[in-house]
Amino acid sequence: MILKAENSSKRYFRKTGGANYFLAVKPLNLALSGGEIAVLMGRSGSGKTTLLNMLSGLLLPTEGKVRLGETDLYSLNDKDLSRLRSERIGVVPQGRSAIDTLTVLENIILPAKLYGRTLPVENVRQWMEQLGIAHLRDARPAELSGGELRRMAIVRALAQSPDFLFADEPTGDLDDENTHLVLSAFREYAHAQKKAVFIVTHENDAFDYADVIYQMDAGKIVSTTSQAK
Amino acid sequence: MVLAMLTAFLALAVFGGSVVVLSLRSGLNSLEARLGADIILVPSQAQSKVSFQNMFLQGTTGAFYMDSSALDKALEVSGVEKAAPQTFLASLKADCCSIKIQVIGIDPERDFTVQPWIARSLSRGLNDMEVAVGCKVEADVGEIIRIYDQRCKVVARLESTGTGLDTAVYCDMDTMNKLLAAAEEKGVSHKIESGDQVISAVYIKVKDGCSIDEVNSRLNGHIRKVTAVRTRSMITGVSDSLAGVSRTVTALIAAVWVLAFLVLLLAFMLIIRERAREFAVLRLAGASRGMLSRLVLTESSLCGLLGGLIGVELAALALFPFAQLIESALNLPYLMPDPGKILLLAGGTVLLSVLVAALSSVIAAYRLSRIDPGTALREGN
Repeated sequence: MILKAENSSKRYFRKTGGANYFLAVKPLNLALSGGEIAVLMGRSGSGKTTLLNMLSGLLLPTEGKVRLGETDLYSLNDKDLSRLRSERIGVVPQGRSAIDTLTVLENIILPAKLYGRTLPVENVRQWMEQLGIAHLRDARPAELSGGELRRMAIVRALAQSPDFLFADEPTGDLDDENTHLVLSAFREYAHAQKKAVFIVTHENDAFDYADVIYQMDAGKIVSTTSQAK
Repeated sequence: MVLAMLTAFLALAVFGGSVVVLSLRSGLNSLEARLGADIILVPSQAQSKVSFQNMFLQGTTGAFYMDSSALDKALEVSGVEKAAPQTFLASLKADCCSIKIQVIGIDPERDFTVQPWIARSLSRGLNDMEVAVGCKVEADVGEIIRIYDQRCKVVARLESTGTGLDTAVYCDMDTMNKLLAAAEEKGVSHKIESGDQVISAVYIKVKDGCSIDEVNSRLNGHIRKVTAVRTRSMITGVSDSLAGVSRTVTALIAAVWVLAFLVLLLAFMLIIRERAREFAVLRLAGASRGMLSRLVLTESSLCGLLGGLIGVELAALALFPFAQLIESALNLPYLMPDPGKILLLAGGTVLLSVLVAALSSVIAAYRLSRIDPGTALREGN
């Protein structure tokens, strides 16, 4: 299964220089396929997160299409697109993304619970153990550190077994040891389960784990580097 | 919790206000039914001696007398279909009387206002030295009460009318004559210049098709030293006051409704900012806009339901135990509607609370369902 951006761009109405709009992502083509880790690098404000949001079905492109197989994501109505995102796309956003009134485990199973699905208990437990948060399953988010919260969000995305997993600065709050744990988990997920992982980062740690590295600048992908698996 | 308390306030005002207005309407209907006459004939000095209207509305004790021949004279007037006498006597707050009350003597043969009311509680007529008591008189059936040292047996307790009639005691004319004689011995005189047989009022029913105003004028012209008063004019005063109270209560309910709606609207708008991150997480987790809207609407409806139930309960706690206090404060006939009507009103109020709460959260539901998760999470951090 392939997810493709076809001439996708995003424009915001904002006074910038002489124009009254700002082109956050210029028209671009990009394809993600199972069994591959793609890393998108770039400076702050280069359009990385905007591109991630468009690819993950969260942000309607101004022009162009995003296709999952033959399905144009944004031709679906919100109900169908939301269901598809829940079943096939996982997102690890920047910053805190926990619901404070739920426990860690409840936060992890939330996406499945929204649609009445049950997650394999063993799968959830295994990811929690692998990322070192198994002992926090009944804790509330307020009791967790920034790094633990980040790992909880990653386990939440992994536990749903999505075909496409998008992670925005997933190692931003983590120390070296946990950064290695998380990136190893992503590689294992992509290679062993033949899923696609798309990581947005400005840290070089992700280089060693990437199959493809995209460099983005001023809304454009300026270079693509493939690495041997 | 704040939202639930706001809707509780709304429900309290709506339910409380509606029960008060309905009770006043029931009281007025009851008063109309109990007066049951088109015209009341009273001695000319009656209006100056005691507030005639207050005797019926508030149960003020008092008495005035005229010669019993007024009854026969009234029956001579063309257009009069029925005429029934009543005689009043106020007992004393003294050793000779168990309680200070208004005693009303009726002629069961002629009476067409009080007798049908008594018949609902007593299947036979009143015998000598037997009395029927209004529901607010502190005496039970079978009990003996003393009036001017005369022992009277309570044989019936009458249904509530919400008027001053509830505080009176009713007997037949024979018993009343004995009580008048006993009162005379205690120094309470009812003597008048002409005649020994006295009555206090004559209740008159006008024949169908006759003008009540014309009969009223004929009565005033035909019988000396009496005043014929149209009962409608008594009711009109009460009705006007009731309309005033109704208007005030309705305006207050409307003001509370608008205020509560605006405050709830504002509260839900504030919640948008507070809960943006939570909704962004749900959106990221795959929740559709419809799911998020339903979540907000369900939460607000539950707040409305809780608030509505609390409000109705608070209003019930304030209204039902203190009904008499409200009645005396309003100075108007006040009769609680039947339980079925009250339950219906309570249900309607709770439903209204749910609707108002849900309606005021519509904008919040719309905005939260269209939240951009990326921006919301970045701003939330």
